[in-house]
Amino acid sequence: MVIGLFNVASATAGANPVEWLDFNEKLGKQFLWVGVCLILAFLLLVIEGEFFIRTSVIHYVVNITLLIAVLGIGKRIGGAKSWFSFGSLGIQPSEFAKTGTSLMLAWMLSRSQDRFNQIGSLFKAVAIVSLPAILILLQPDAGTVLVFTGLILVFYREGLSGNVLIAVLCALLVTIATILSGASTFHYPGAGEAAGVWILWMILVCICGFLWATVPQWSVPRRRKQTRRSILLSFAAAIILSVGLQFGLEEVLRPHQKDRIHVLFGIDVGNPDADYNIRHAKAAISSGGITGKGFLKGPMTAYGFVPEQETDFIFCTIGEEWGLMGTSVTLFIFTLLLLRILSLAERQRSDFTRIYAYAVASILFMHYAINVGMVLGLAPVIGIPLPFISAGGSSLIGFTLLIFILLRLDAERFSVLR
Amino acid sequence: MKLRERQWIIGAIFLLITFIYQGRLVQMQVFAPQWKAYASRLTEETETLESARGLIRDRHGEIIVNNKAGYDVWFTPRKCKTAGGLDTLALADLIEMTPESLIRAFKRAENYATYRPSRIQKQLITETYARISGEIWRFPGVEVRRRSIRTNPLGHASHLVGEFREVDQNDLESNLGYRLGDYKGKSGLELQWEATLRGKQGTRHHIVDIRNDYREPARSGMLDTLPEPGIDIQLTLDLDLQAYGERIMTNKRGAIVAIEPTTGEVLAMVSAPNYGTDLLTGRDRGSNYDSLINHPDKPLFNRTLRATYRPGSIFKMVQGLIAMDRGVLRPSQRIACDRSIIGCHGLHQFDNFEEAIVHSCNPYFHEVMKRMIQDGSTRSIFSDAHQNLGNWSKSVRKFGLGTDLGGHFPALRSGSVPDTADYDRMYGRKRWAYSTIYSISIGEGELLTTPMHMANLAAILANKGYYVTPHAVRGSAGIQRIETEISSRHYDAVIRAMSMVINTTDGTGTRAATPGIEVCGKTGTVQNPQGNHSVFIAFAPAENPKIALSVYMENAGAGGDWAAPIASLMIEKYLHREVTQSAKEQRIIEATYPFPDKAL
Repeated sequence: MVIGLFNVASATAGANPVEWLDFNEKLGKQFLWVGVCLILAFLLLVIEGEFFIRTSVIHYVVNITLLIAVLGIGKRIGGAKSWFSFGSLGIQPSEFAKTGTSLMLAWMLSRSQDRFNQIGSLFKAVAIVSLPAILILLQPDAGTVLVFTGLILVFYREGLSGNVLIAVLCALLVTIATILSGASTFHYPGAGEAAGVWILWMILVCICGFLWATVPQWSVPRRRKQTRRSILLSFAAAIILSVGLQFGLEEVLRPHQKDRIHVLFGIDVGNPDADYNIRHAKAAISSGGITGKGFLKGPMTAYGFVPEQETDFIFCTIGEEWGLMGTSVTLFIFTLLLLRILSLAERQRSDFTRIYAYAVASILFMHYAINVGMVLGLAPVIGIPLPFISAGGSSLIGFTLLIFILLRLDAERFSVLR
Repeated sequence: MKLRERQWIIGAIFLLITFIYQGRLVQMQVFAPQWKAYASRLTEETETLESARGLIRDRHGEIIVNNKAGYDVWFTPRKCKTAGGLDTLALADLIEMTPESLIRAFKRAENYATYRPSRIQKQLITETYARISGEIWRFPGVEVRRRSIRTNPLGHASHLVGEFREVDQNDLESNLGYRLGDYKGKSGLELQWEATLRGKQGTRHHIVDIRNDYREPARSGMLDTLPEPGIDIQLTLDLDLQAYGERIMTNKRGAIVAIEPTTGEVLAMVSAPNYGTDLLTGRDRGSNYDSLINHPDKPLFNRTLRATYRPGSIFKMVQGLIAMDRGVLRPSQRIACDRSIIGCHGLHQFDNFEEAIVHSCNPYFHEVMKRMIQDGSTRSIFSDAHQNLGNWSKSVRKFGLGTDLGGHFPALRSGSVPDTADYDRMYGRKRWAYSTIYSISIGEGELLTTPMHMANLAAILANKGYYVTPHAVRGSAGIQRIETEISSRHYDAVIRAMSMVINTTDGTGTRAATPGIEVCGKTGTVQNPQGNHSVFIAFAPAENPKIALSVYMENAGAGGDWAAPIASLMIEKYLHREVTQSAKEQRIIEATYPFPDKAL
């Protein structure tokens, strides 16, 4: 089934580029890459799974070295120094770093069985993820870094407290509230006009006081002090986050970056160019309607209205030419793939394979969620490819590695003793 | 195993995201027409296909106003930018601009829209286009588009034809389908007949790419329409006569209006000085307009319709006709030339009506009008005047004076024929008598007419009692015959007198005598502090008249000196198609405004 998906997906990848090119330069390259990936997939399926487990560390080290090297001798494309170029072909080491990091994480976590009870193992795991993430951030390529944060799902599965997930969720809510209120103004009685974010802070303080006064009533008396302390701490954290964000938005970020964030939240930035990409992307998807305009018949994507339509905004092409049916099928296939990987993961006897599978699922999920969300105007405009569909050799090979290593490991699941 | 259950939470997160996205997709693709409309705005572009504007022809089908090709230069900033810029100096040289103005044009284009073409230079002539067409591809983002412009280089009937130029803000807001950069008639016939001449623009819908280049027809061309060419209009003007009038009026101020009496068709409308219409359609319109509007001779002023002059002596014929119709005057009646009442000229003393017209006797017509206004029907001269002036004005208006003459010339000023109410306003009710207003008896005072009105008066005299709404376009609607309601036998005396004006040795209009044609006419000399205006109205031939006209020469002296010979030349030109009176013609052509005093 997964292989079937791969075929469908790569066929789409091969077919879609025709739509925006009269001449087949990029398209031809993409076919080449698909061929390379098929050979690679075959090779991966031949290699013993044990090989991957044993060479995890080497993979990781090689990847880190490449990431450092690319900072030195890489080619700068579109503001980020993330490419090695060989003639007309470009290689993006950050795409391979995902595989290396996943393997390393699986190797490390499968060896320490403490389920994050000790702070040391958590620290080690975070370090494994952070190192490539920081190197990629230096390129800078925020999108890929964001993908790495998805690995928190792996941590969660492997024993990280659920509170951390909830805390992350709360932090997200506070962030959204801060940005929305920060962009509006409010008339304060006696103080005049000011950013609405002050209200948010006041509300946070009030809720904190209220909870501080009421919640401990229901807890066991000897734990009241502790409850109070955690309420105070979490709200302090929230306010610090909020204040920090506001400061960052107003003082640290450059105006166009701030605009981008504001556009995402539907705030009018008064600059028509700021949401140019997203407006065109939305229009393209919307113009597809239910049935779409038909293969190769979408003017928005055919004639260059959607930026980066063969890579990051490829979902627009699907939307315009295949309509709601095409987009729904795409969503469906991705969700099926993700859930399938989860079920694969859970049937493993080997911890390594399970953890690796979760890492693969998390990474694919982040790509899917951010890429589609961005095109739909629900996530920030961050350039990351849609797995298997976007054009680009590095990402295609990267995902091939991720998936087929998993398939190979899965094929060997019965040879592992529980 | 507890941790194992967390797979459901993670799976739920995956599903949740998919559900959110799916919902969003349904909303965007099914329920968001505004985004769909935005998409078609981006990708579809309507190209306007110019319709050929109708030509303007004279009564014989000769072309007066033609179309010619003009080449506009358009510039699309984004195309230029993506191609890496261009050589501004070379382009400026090529398209006849200064580098500074070209850079200003670039800035304007940039401000308008980076991906849409803006016009940076207008109306290169065909020769220039031929020279640059091989070079223009070197300049990315620059293209040349052909458009049809009007041409009438000698400016024949330029005042009548009017201006044809780029639409302004009002036109764009007028809902008549004008787009920025379109041209339309702005005055004269070009404006009046805009709907006929314009035709219908065609449209072609295109799918465009991000650089706004046309890529394929939108919706398989189902919405496209072909342009419908405008319809030619045929004027009643005789181009030969018009051109001749313009030639002899060169370097003078004044006007000639010639009408075919039986049809009301205007044969010539000359307003001097004239100007070449092309001056105001080309790209130097701004500076040309400035120099024309500031010219001391006011070439843009359409004297045939807009200039109002007092009718002077010519009005005496109207006076006489009304009086005869009322029965207060018989043609044989003699009245003493009592110069103590009002000044006169010449040696006559006791003229009858015909002699009074020939000598232009002022006291005679003072008395004639007095009989109508101050008739002694009441006990007070004030009441008399108050009671009778209204009827008199009504009769005068029957001659078209003080009216819009049927409204075929929107620019025509109706002039003025004073009424009871006017004098009441000026002097107070019943505070005026004939003695207050008598100067209107000899065509001075508050009377005002235009050359068009006076030509129409000539037509009425030629027709012995009626005129047909004067008009300049064949097929105009609402042409009617309007009667003066004065018996045609009264006209015979007037016409005899008009013939005598020219054909007796002591007539004032002997210079209007034309070989082989019996011309009837009347001179007028309109008092003016800068020098009297020389005026003449005439029709010819006396039997079955074919042309009636009025001639005005500003500040040229007596009517017989300048206006009469011009009328003669015009009549000969029209009736015989060529002018034999070369000495007369020579004298007229050589005369230059301002005229030397008593240039005889």
